[in-house]
Amino acid sequence: MNVALVAADRMLWSGQATVVNTRTLAGDIGIMANHTPILSVLEPGKVDVRTVDDGHWVAAIDGGFISVAKNQVSILCDRAEISHESDFEEAKRKLDEAVAKESGGGARPDNRQG
Amino acid sequence: MAVSLREYRARIRSVESTKKITRAMELIAASRIIKAQQRAQAAAPYARELTRAVSAVATYSNVEHPLTTEPQESNRAAILVVTSDRGLAGAYSSSAVKEAEQLAEKLRGEGKEVDLYVSGRKGVAYYSFRRREIQDSWTGHSDQPTYEVAREMGEALIDAFIAGTDAQRAERGERGEGGGGTQRPPVQEVHMVYTRFRSMLVQEPTAVRLLPLEIVESEERPTEDDVLPLFEFEPGPAEVLDALLPKYVQSRVYFALLQAAASELAARQRAMKSATDNAEELIKKYTRIANQARQAGITQEISEIVGGVNALADANAANE
Repeated sequence: MNVALVAADRMLWSGQATVVNTRTLAGDIGIMANHTPILSVLEPGKVDVRTVDDGHWVAAIDGGFISVAKNQVSILCDRAEISHESDFEEAKRKLDEAVAKESGGGARPDNRQG
Repeated sequence: MAVSLREYRARIRSVESTKKITRAMELIAASRIIKAQQRAQAAAPYARELTRAVSAVATYSNVEHPLTTEPQESNRAAILVVTSDRGLAGAYSSSAVKEAEQLAEKLRGEGKEVDLYVSGRKGVAYYSFRRREIQDSWTGHSDQPTYEVAREMGEALIDAFIAGTDAQRAERGERGEGGGGTQRPPVQEVHMVYTRFRSMLVQEPTAVRLLPLEIVESEERPTEDDVLPLFEFEPGPAEVLDALLPKYVQSRVYFALLQAAASELAARQRAMKSATDNAEELIKKYTRIANQARQAGITQEISEIVGGVNALADANAANE
């Protein structure tokens, strides 16, 4: 089946896969070929995909949707980070920054300056 | 004569440096347009999938949602105006503002008050100079908008709209669904004015109604064997719609911002190209005048020398 992971600003991955595992509001869901059409709200968390060539990747998503129809799986989210593209050190630094910001009064990120 | 020659040369130099600047801005804008178009293309799959999902829910369930319900009466509208942060883009910002003013005028004619939400420093400057109240503004991203900004804008507009429909329901004696605690004045409709990028040469300011939502079906009508499959909704159609529609609004705002960014760059490139052309024209003109002045100086010197020599010769002839 065809799987596409689509973030708001770009398509992160698309290709053939055998299994997609993730978590919806109603609980964990595993999708294989010929799954019944479903449209579901995803929890923030991870998406786990096994590709046809025995590959495997995971992605972190901040919630979103999954739609399955006719062997076409689309995972939509605002932001996503895919395992083979992300940099552990970078992610850790961002997390630290976010935590520091949150504890420092929780001001919203300042994008009002050029 | 010599003084004015020096003046002309100084003027030529100054126009030349202006030309260098405008040429550089033209080239930068040209290269950024391509990036802006790529960004718009990269965002297309998300918008397409989202539209598909929304129309699937709309087709297979008849769930009522506040974001799609026409309000009974409307006495306050919000307009989101998308302008640029920087100038030197020709009439780009002013034509967007003009379009917004026309829309505002029309809405006022229908007896609605108009709230302004502005994106871009130029728009903010326009309205604050005229001491018009701005509900909210976002600046600093106009030539490369991020989805985060679109999300903030979408949330602000949805907040105002939900507050508006809640207030109406409360009047009709129904129970509002929370949504309180916002300071934004409640509105019953939301419009958006941005500049559509039709081609490198044509960008037109457009006004669209954002809320209440009209779900735009995908452009190609589904053929017989391509009808939307019968979806299962999890947890339920209402919840799915609840989560989908705000994203749909945000994605439309994002799309508008991307279009506006491409338009801004195209407008800037054109403005800078004509500025460069004008600078070239000026340089040509001043060079001609300077050459004339120089030639006039030389001619005068020669005639002075010849006159002097003649006078000497005459004097010598008289003495002999």
